[in-house]
Amino acid sequence: MRSFLAILTVLVTILGFWYVACIPMNIHEAANQAQRAGEQVSPESTRERRGIGRLALTFKNPDLWHSVYAQDRPQLPAPHQVGVELWNTTVGMVQKGRAFSKRSLLLHGWITLSATLLGFVLGTILGIVLAVSIVHSRAMDMSVMPWIIASQTVPILAIAPMIVVVLAAMQVDDLFAKGVISMYLSFFPVVVGMVKGLRSPGKMQLDQMKTWNASRSETFWKLRLPSSAPYLFASLKVGVAASLIGAVVAELSLSQNGGLGARLLAGSYYGQTVQIWSALLAAAALAALLVWAIDMAQKVTLKRMGFSQ
Amino acid sequence: MIWVWGSLAFWLVAWAINTRLSRRNTAWARFFVPTLFGITLLVLWEGMVRGFAINPVLLPAPSAIGKTFASELSVLWGDLVQTFFKGALSGYVIGCTAAVLTAIAVDRSPFLQRGLLPVGNFVAALPIVGMAPIFVMWFGFGWQSKAAIVVVMVFFPMLVNTVQGLQASEAMQRDLMHTYAASYPQRLFKLRLPAAMPFIFNGLKISTTLALIGAIVAEFFGSPIQGMGFRISTEVGKLALDMVWSEIAVAAIVGSAFYGLVAMVEKAVTFWHPSQRG
Repeated sequence: MRSFLAILTVLVTILGFWYVACIPMNIHEAANQAQRAGEQVSPESTRERRGIGRLALTFKNPDLWHSVYAQDRPQLPAPHQVGVELWNTTVGMVQKGRAFSKRSLLLHGWITLSATLLGFVLGTILGIVLAVSIVHSRAMDMSVMPWIIASQTVPILAIAPMIVVVLAAMQVDDLFAKGVISMYLSFFPVVVGMVKGLRSPGKMQLDQMKTWNASRSETFWKLRLPSSAPYLFASLKVGVAASLIGAVVAELSLSQNGGLGARLLAGSYYGQTVQIWSALLAAAALAALLVWAIDMAQKVTLKRMGFSQ
Repeated sequence: MIWVWGSLAFWLVAWAINTRLSRRNTAWARFFVPTLFGITLLVLWEGMVRGFAINPVLLPAPSAIGKTFASELSVLWGDLVQTFFKGALSGYVIGCTAAVLTAIAVDRSPFLQRGLLPVGNFVAALPIVGMAPIFVMWFGFGWQSKAAIVVVMVFFPMLVNTVQGLQASEAMQRDLMHTYAASYPQRLFKLRLPAAMPFIFNGLKISTTLALIGAIVAEFFGSPIQGMGFRISTEVGKLALDMVWSEIAVAAIVGSAFYGLVAMVEKAVTFWHPSQRG
């Protein structure tokens, strides 16, 4: 309860800061509009206004402050403007019966989600396979592990446009092209976590398996794999968030098929800031949803496996 | 076909050598085994591309990439300066400094910490890279907008790590400082900040990659006619993939070098930590 209050305080502070920041960010446009409407603005000429800073103009025109929240294309939209846009493009579209039209964020969110999930599943499988072979083969461990770590210092997102183009040239489905980038981002946490998890049984437990004359595969299935579960879930949470980032960035290069990344790009081309922010918040909500789902799965699974939480 | 079989044979031989070498645990083996594996990958790549005559528009051979890399050094260097030194590095320094200072400021209020940690953790998992178009709109096409997106991207991972690190000193150690009648700055600089260093460096290492990614991706949304992200997106459009791979090679080298540099500083600063004593 106390931490709930604390989180709420932080969120309200952020919102307050956001609202205040809207004033200097949008004051120039507000002044132009007010002048066109015939109101008194200081300084009077447009050129002079362009010459002075945001803060100076803000303090010279206190009676303009209220009008910064009602612009069509503000430099920084207010939270409620983004909220209205989000509502109109999701619930509003459902009410109109066009839940999956091109203007609906539900459609774009679904496109992004499917690429994310595909990449996440592929990345998790790849990660687990790599981790198992690393734990069982010293040669794999020594030759591959350094490269896996090095692969993450490469800014892979930069390669996204190329991967997308090459895969498209090979007649691969767009969904799969996006999934490949998500996969690359999400396999790493899984490898690292699983290697740690598969090696987590202590000497005592391994000795116990030996006294029972357990074979290598029995040790793996009955001891190593089950004890890696908590590590796996921790990595999955990191992996799914990374996977979503990969899908969004991939959509910047594959924008013709929609998706949250495509909405970002379209918004930036046409100066539709409200659309950019609503796509961003939708991506944030999607990330929260995915992490929450894995958290739930973790709680249920670990409880049934008998891990004390 | 000789290329395919030759590279496959090379792979088998290299793998056999690696399997034998990996039984020894010398520093030399630990360096040689991954190096040989990397060379094997390059040989396989070259052999497959030549053997199957793969169109260079799809996948250029490493030798072709190397040739482009050598002949376009000045262009690559210009892009590197624009993207890494101007955009990524300045954003990295500003963002990390701001995050550490914020963490120290928040540190005195447990209430704020309890609120900030979950929010920071959540924001650190968001696709912040998506804010790039907004920053390009605000700060223009130059390197300033790239630095700004990098600041936001590195801020939250850094903040969360530093806040956690400042809590890392043990009760016994804090009691000792108390019996010494240490003032707040003394406690901060002599105990809590040094104890937080492993966490801070963890954040610094995560941020190295984020900084490069942020600067490069922001250039997809608008850039002067220079920069690694700009070059990648335009050369992809021209289907000049050997140039794209050269840029990627630069990014990989710089990214690894940056990470390695931070890791080296970490080794020097946190020599006392169990993970460094190995």
